[in-house]
Amino acid sequence: MFRFIFSKLLYLVPTFMGITIIAFGFVRILPGDPVLLMAGERGISPERHAILSEQLGFDRPIWVQYFDFLGRLFQGDLGNSLVTKKPVMAEFLTLFPATVELGLVAILIATLIGVPVGVLAAIKRGSWFDQVSMTAALVGFSMPIFWWGLLLIIFFSGILGWTPVSGRISLMYFFPDVTGFMLIDSLISGQKGAFTSAISHLILPSVVLATIPLAVIARQTRSAMLEVMGEDYVRTARAKGMPPRRVIGVHALRNAMIPVITTIGLQIGVLMAGAILTETIFSWPGIGKWMIDSISRRDYPVVQSGLLLIAGLVMLVNLLVDLTYGLINPRIRHK
Amino acid sequence: MKMLTRILIAASALAMTTAMPALAKTFVYCSEASPEGFDPAPYTAGGTFDASAHPIYNRLVEFKKGTTEVEPALAESWEISADGLEYTFKLRQGVKWQSNDKFTPSRDFNADDVIFSYQRQASADHPWNQYIAGITYEYYNSMEMPSLIKDIVKVDDYTVKFVLTRPEAPFMANIAMPFASILSAEYADVLDKAGTKEDLNNAPIGTGPFKFVAYQKDAVIRYAKNADYWGTAPLIDDLVFAITPDAAVRLQKLKAGECQLMPYPAPADIAAIKEDTNLKMDEQAGLNVGYLAYNTTQAPFDNPKVRKALNMALNKQAIIDAVFQGAGQVAKNPIPPTMWSYNDAIVDDVYDPVAAKAALEAEGVKDLSMKIWAMPVQRPYMPNAKRAAELMQEDFAKVGVKVEIVSYEWGEYLDKSMEPGRDGAVILGWTGDNGDPDNFMGVLLSCASAQPGGANRAFWCNEEFSALLAKAKQTADVAERTKLYEDAQVIFKDQAPWATLDHSTQYVPMAKNVTGFVMSPLGDFTFDTVDLAE
Repeated sequence: MFRFIFSKLLYLVPTFMGITIIAFGFVRILPGDPVLLMAGERGISPERHAILSEQLGFDRPIWVQYFDFLGRLFQGDLGNSLVTKKPVMAEFLTLFPATVELGLVAILIATLIGVPVGVLAAIKRGSWFDQVSMTAALVGFSMPIFWWGLLLIIFFSGILGWTPVSGRISLMYFFPDVTGFMLIDSLISGQKGAFTSAISHLILPSVVLATIPLAVIARQTRSAMLEVMGEDYVRTARAKGMPPRRVIGVHALRNAMIPVITTIGLQIGVLMAGAILTETIFSWPGIGKWMIDSISRRDYPVVQSGLLLIAGLVMLVNLLVDLTYGLINPRIRHK
Repeated sequence: MKMLTRILIAASALAMTTAMPALAKTFVYCSEASPEGFDPAPYTAGGTFDASAHPIYNRLVEFKKGTTEVEPALAESWEISADGLEYTFKLRQGVKWQSNDKFTPSRDFNADDVIFSYQRQASADHPWNQYIAGITYEYYNSMEMPSLIKDIVKVDDYTVKFVLTRPEAPFMANIAMPFASILSAEYADVLDKAGTKEDLNNAPIGTGPFKFVAYQKDAVIRYAKNADYWGTAPLIDDLVFAITPDAAVRLQKLKAGECQLMPYPAPADIAAIKEDTNLKMDEQAGLNVGYLAYNTTQAPFDNPKVRKALNMALNKQAIIDAVFQGAGQVAKNPIPPTMWSYNDAIVDDVYDPVAAKAALEAEGVKDLSMKIWAMPVQRPYMPNAKRAAELMQEDFAKVGVKVEIVSYEWGEYLDKSMEPGRDGAVILGWTGDNGDPDNFMGVLLSCASAQPGGANRAFWCNEEFSALLAKAKQTADVAERTKLYEDAQVIFKDQAPWATLDHSTQYVPMAKNVTGFVMSPLGDFTFDTVDLAE
């Protein structure tokens, strides 16, 4: 198992280096000069432009800037935002818990609903349940997030008044950030009603963010289950007279879970992409909204370091997924 | 799905059982953007100033509410020397600094604070110039303060003298701007000793109507009424900014009572807001202009008669109707009608495609092809440049001019549109900083601004026009200045470097029970006079 983990970790090194190049290069490929964007319609004199570029280090050759970025990175310094002038790491750490909280709840919703729906659809293949749920999954998968979010807000918050429109908690509650996770902090605060307020604020954004992963997980679970249920060992188990519940629960589902776990792991990347839109609609102070703002302002340090942190996170989750295979399936770790 | 519905219903029921108690005078503003920081000097965004300069700080002089007139603030009075080179300010006494858990002021506001607030921006050697690495002072620079202010002298604790290098009529309007906010020198000393200089930007201390309480990044800013405020105390106890970037969501929050006032509604929502009986809406002509700038250095656009003819071909009212959905007015001058010195005697080019076509032919212009640049972003003066460009394309087609619409990413657009030899006419605009006509005409149309790094996208340099502006800038007498600017507008109209398109209307929707909100022509949102009726 140790060798297995070590080999997986070793793969991360070149991937990580590749990501530094992509993250650094991506924002610089985009047209638009941050100094000009700061000046806006007013314009900026060539002299002032030169002074600012020098101050920000943009006048140096691109490879010098890259190695400077790498050098600082290895010292744990991600630079300062051009816009707020604050350290990128500090901003990331402030905003990250909000995204994680939203993402975890969303993936929980997606998994808890997606897997049973997929299993049921596979068992009752061709039934009305199968057809309706798989059509719904296709619709969910193609859902334009922005429109969907706004629609839910107008319906549940505007017309029915069931959920708050946006934000993380009602403004009447005010307590210091301890963990950054609103569900935990609201409990710690001991303020009456804070926790339920936090939950009610989480409902719409997490449902919106869960929509696409839910659809993917349901469809993946269904097809994996169908494949496994056609295998010899499942037929054998059935022929032995094993109760159907045990055949599905122990023999079929456990094996079908491998591709499903892969899918859930891959959804982390999808969640990050979805978070950008979801956070913007629901005024959710997370890293998705932060990245979008920074890209439009060409805030190089934030975009490159933010991308790196997000990519690092996705890599970490995928590593955990790989290790989980090892646990579920001994053949993989001994290969 | 059924399960989902159950969860939704259960959670909402829970939320409703903990209904909000009546909060004593808490006013929630659904702001549109996160503040970049709380020290106004290094930043340029209006949203940042609404969160910092206006609630927390004061300036020597300020704009009188709802106007662009300058009135005393931290300076009680001032004298200007006969040559216009020395401004001596008498400072207000007994103005208390706010306090927080790190700072309790030992003295009132005085001249040291004024000198600190300006010098840190003026001098690269000042210990507070780079209190955050890479910080720059863009407004101080772009308002030409470094070349204008020769010296700032402390005459005594309550008298400060500014010595200028040249007479500058807009000086008073300039120092009423957010970048000139006065910060506490004593607080800076305390932070320096504590080794937490960055708190000057994170935990602001000012003299303004509200004290900063807390900021949760990208989510909420909280302020409390400043009980020691030297001016008229605010009527509300707590002020909260709920940061909500999407206009449609802001409106939903306003309707749901989650906030009481919002900026920048989407043009498409205006009609529905007007009909909503729970809301009301203030409106005002914005201090802005949208224009189409020809490249006046290129044939045939170097010929004023051709530019005039093209202007006659544009149906500007149709643009106002389609792009602004009525929320704007046709522009005839380069400055908005709410600005002093606006020359209302000027007659706009009449929309007449037949006459326009004849005029073009008379100038020997046939089969003309041109480009129109459409901005990729929404701005207050132009909510949809692509749509406006399409309408212009149709108008020009009627007079035989073929138009190709081009667009670039915003940063590139700003850059490329200022390149000499640029091909085509550019849609752009301007929102005023301080209500001074020079802040429009000087910045956008003077010969100096036609140089690289300027903002004169017509590359139009008319010596006579520029001479009038230069003279007006050095003239202290407002009546005399007005006359000079009126004359300049006559030259502008005659030479037609732009097709002046629009001045957009600004709307501020709010809950029915909000009282005392005053719209600012400069687009500032201030809450020291607002109240909530029972």
